[in-house]
Amino acid sequence: MSFVEYKEFIEDGDTAIVFLGHDSMFPITIQNGSQTQTKYGVIRHSTDLIGKKYGSKVICSKGGWVYILYPTPELWTLNLPHRTQILYSTDISLITMMLELKPGSVVCESGTGSGSLSHAIIRTVAPTGHLYTVEFHQQRAEKAIEEFRQHKVDHLVTVKNQDVCKHGFGVTGIADAVFLDIPSPWEAIGHAKSAMKSEGGRICSFSPCIEQVQRTCLALEEHGFTEINTLEILLRVYDVRTINLQVADLGRAAEEKSSLDGTDRTKQISAVQHGSALFKSGVPPRETVGHTGYLTFATKSLF
Amino acid sequence: MDECDTAPSKLVSEGDFVVLKRQDVFKAVQVQRRKKIIFEKQWIYLDNVIGKHYGTTFEICNGGNLQTKRTEVTTTEMKEAGSDNRNIVDDGKSQKLTRDDIEALKEKGIKGEAIVQQLIENSATFRDKTEFAQEKYIKKKKKKYEAVITILKPSTRILAMMYYAREPGKICQLRYDTLAQMLTLGNIHAGSKVIVMETCAGLVLGAVMERLGGLGSVIQMYPGGGPVRAATDSFGFPKSFYKGLYEFPLNKVESLLTGTYSCRTSFSELNPTLENDESGETQDLNRDNGEDSNSATESESVMDTNAQQQQEGVEGSCEGALSKEKAQKMEKKQLALERKRKQDEKRRKESEAAALLQDKNADGLIVASRFHPTPLLLSLLEFVAPSRPFVVYCQYQEPLLECYTKLREKGGVVNLKLSETWLRNYQVLPNRSHPKLVMSGGGGYVLHGTTVAAERAKPNTSTIEKSEEPATKKMKVEEEES
Ligand SMILES: C[S@@+](CC[C@H](N)C(=O)[O-])C[C@H]1O[C@@H](n2cnc3c(N)ncnc32)[C@H](O)[C@@H]1O
Repeated sequence: MSFVEYKEFIEDGDTAIVFLGHDSMFPITIQNGSQTQTKYGVIRHSTDLIGKKYGSKVICSKGGWVYILYPTPELWTLNLPHRTQILYSTDISLITMMLELKPGSVVCESGTGSGSLSHAIIRTVAPTGHLYTVEFHQQRAEKAIEEFRQHKVDHLVTVKNQDVCKHGFGVTGIADAVFLDIPSPWEAIGHAKSAMKSEGGRICSFSPCIEQVQRTCLALEEHGFTEINTLEILLRVYDVRTINLQVADLGRAAEEKSSLDGTDRTKQISAVQHGSALFKSGVPPRETVGHTGYLTFATKSLF
Repeated sequence: MDECDTAPSKLVSEGDFVVLKRQDVFKAVQVQRRKKIIFEKQWIYLDNVIGKHYGTTFEICNGGNLQTKRTEVTTTEMKEAGSDNRNIVDDGKSQKLTRDDIEALKEKGIKGEAIVQQLIENSATFRDKTEFAQEKYIKKKKKKYEAVITILKPSTRILAMMYYAREPGKICQLRYDTLAQMLTLGNIHAGSKVIVMETCAGLVLGAVMERLGGLGSVIQMYPGGGPVRAATDSFGFPKSFYKGLYEFPLNKVESLLTGTYSCRTSFSELNPTLENDESGETQDLNRDNGEDSNSATESESVMDTNAQQQQEGVEGSCEGALSKEKAQKMEKKQLALERKRKQDEKRRKESEAAALLQDKNADGLIVASRFHPTPLLLSLLEFVAPSRPFVVYCQYQEPLLECYTKLREKGGVVNLKLSETWLRNYQVLPNRSHPKLVMSGGGGYVLHGTTVAAERAKPNTSTIEKSEEPATKKMKVEEEES
């Protein structure tokens, strides 16, 4: 298993996602001889998983079943062990496109944090690109190295354990793109600029607070970046529900009512019967994420 | 992989597909010598960009020629904003510079940027204007006096933003951040085998091909007589990227699924009408675009029209070198041979596409079309391997509600999610930061999920979906609705 290459069959040493239904999932490491406990009973790796296809239904010891899924970076983001705040796929998507990442891109990132964004970047720049990721917290840096090895993407990434604001990214003139998710990004803009190719490239900084954004924008301007642009993207999820609305009794005769229904009945209303109307609706959750952070993008121009 | 294919050549050559940028307006063109191009209502020639670095900024000079701009000074707008506009009297006298003054400046060779600065300094009311008005003022003046164009390498970011701003009707109103979601949620990456069904002028196809980087394969499912790839060609991909690109007609999907597919018979039907069908497709697109014709100047399309015709004429590949004149000079026999060769090539590609689909092991499915998504999804998902993502875009929410329900009924998918994204731009200035006053009202809807091994759906406690809510909760919803 490697996070940058699909495969058909589950093998010893793979990371896989156990999908229990609804939004319930968790990651496992496949190990010959080991077993995993779920609410539907035990899964034995050697007999239940190894050699099976990804996407297979697996019957647990109590009779319930689960699906074993191949770990895309997006599923990993939803299941990874949190060592820090992480970026989610909605922001990651926009970052990836606006930084113009593609196979072969060389990218600098700081901090590594829990590696949520790192995995997505590595997937996109593989097999010819590279990620240089800087994290000043030693255990986090070490844990990230370990995960990248476990996920067989270690050849595509270099983790450096240093302070990016003091010592930069450890590379000069090779990056197509730089991404910052640290508390004081404005202190790293100079280093970011020198890490980038002379013909230019793109930079992005993620900050939860507008005060951080203001300082970052000033620093970007001072260092000659152009096209400075701050965005915010929010995900709106809809639950698909079938809803039954009662039709009020206005004292109309029954025939009249039904003829009214008949004239302009949309497809959505699948049944209007006995004073009620059934329809499908995309219902927003009562509460949803209202803010993650501001994304500031800019271009380093030619020379 | 061919190294020189992916390493971006840094200099502009003749025949390159490039993007022109003026302020925040983009236009995709092919670089050709002595060819007039209209951009932002001005005629220009691109001769002088040949041999220059990508990213170079030019000024428009007399006769529409471009001249390299020395230094791109970022106008540090030390703006002082008034808090309101109570002191502004519109008497037409606030600008101290006369028309003659400006002409004199121009004659002295003062550049547009400096003229704008002079205009600001000589505007009695500028300081009193609110920041919003100041911004507008500068923008207006810049547009008038600064004729600066930057030459860029095309990318998904640029082309998606360009289409969304100028010809959203051609791309089913697919906003660029929504496209970004699709590429990520679809886990599109080098080496995958992706099925793409789109009616977005080839923009989505191009975005997928960019992420594959020439490794892997794409099967484009197309309605009508042939695939539309005008926007795809604007990416200027190296020829090798097209080797992994296949196309398959939608109207043969059913026969492929039922096992009655034959490439030969169907092909002879298709071929004679090929050209007619293609123009039909273009008409369709134009019609779709009708509602937006006011958003882009009619004489000026997002792409240079001539280049577009040329591209479409050459079956979307880089074989454009085969110029029309040359073709005309060819003897009839040769022409016939050529046509035969193309037919054979097309037939071969179609049967290869059929074989790729029949393996039923695609790594992903991306749909972004003007058609109802449900029948497309139900059929095309058959070709996707288990444990792979699929993403479908629709401009409207309702068809995706239905699609969601039908997919649940059919089974073989998990993790279904219906969503949209909101995108907000910010003005960032010391003590004056706030969201921009106007934002996009909507960028379309996305339904995505993961395929799993197909099996007849048995009720199971673990995956019973909350399609119907408990009675008490349902009552609440009803109350809220009413
Ligand atoms: C919010 S986390 C990044 C999360 C990451 N983007 C992800 O998606 O998992 C920020 C990380 O930056 C690190 N960091 C903060 N300042 C730093 C600096 N000056 N140099 C290097 N790392 C830094 C922190 O230790 C922390 O792990």
